[in-house]
Amino acid sequence: MAVCIAIIGKDNSPQYIATSDLDKELELQYRVHAALDVVEEKCEPGTKTTPESRELYLGLLYSTETHKIYGYVTNTKIKFIIVMDSSNTALRENEVRSMFRNLHILYTDAVCNPFYIPGEPLNSKKFDKSVRGIMTGNI
Amino acid sequence: MSDDSIFEYLHTEIVNYTLLQSKENDLSTLEYIGYTTGYRLIERLTREWTRFKDELETMKFIWVYVLQDNAFRFLTRISPKHLEHAPKFVAFTCGLVRGSLANLGINSTVTAEVQSMPSCKFHIQVNRN
Repeated sequence: MAVCIAIIGKDNSPQYIATSDLDKELELQYRVHAALDVVEEKCEPGTKTTPESRELYLGLLYSTETHKIYGYVTNTKIKFIIVMDSSNTALRENEVRSMFRNLHILYTDAVCNPFYIPGEPLNSKKFDKSVRGIMTGNI
Repeated sequence: MSDDSIFEYLHTEIVNYTLLQSKENDLSTLEYIGYTTGYRLIERLTREWTRFKDELETMKFIWVYVLQDNAFRFLTRISPKHLEHAPKFVAFTCGLVRGSLANLGINSTVTAEVQSMPSCKFHIQVNRN
């Protein structure tokens, strides 16, 4: 199960962060923050030209004792970070991949709302509800 | 086919509306509507694509792009005699292209040139920053 889902804008400013446990919010935000360096490294042009490296899904960014951090970057340089609980060993890579896919679909729908100003924090209630659905695995 | 005509009606109505609101044929509002549309739309259009790398790099080296459409949709319904009305029907599309490129990280200026209806040329000038 995901414990934190974050959307980071073009200029690395947070646009949306959802955490499952409010007590650990700060700690999880540190994890997301640390992941941004890895994302940047992976997106650098000219490092690797393997087919996998052209995918939007970046795979496992890094793992700690308690968490696994996965990343995804859109063509418009919006980063999605998902922090997973390491205790869940049954988790498959494909599940994370589909979580990111669903998250991307939700994000594009939210951005297409004409009342949302690009670059501002996302505070749509409907979006928040759906993302929390992804987090608990209900989608 | 019927979907296309609905879109054309909407576009014509947007042109009509924005020009009624503004004084002396100000096309910047229309261009801005296109810009915001493109900015949001590109997010959806590039969802299934692999990550851009080389394409964008190449684009930066070439300064001016020209796109030509020999039967530009919004101009096919207008009589070729009324060339003076062409600018209002291309402003939205100029903005659309500019907005899409802006969200992909390319700062550009897009202008359109209509020499004879219904063909239209879009010049995309990449601004180096």
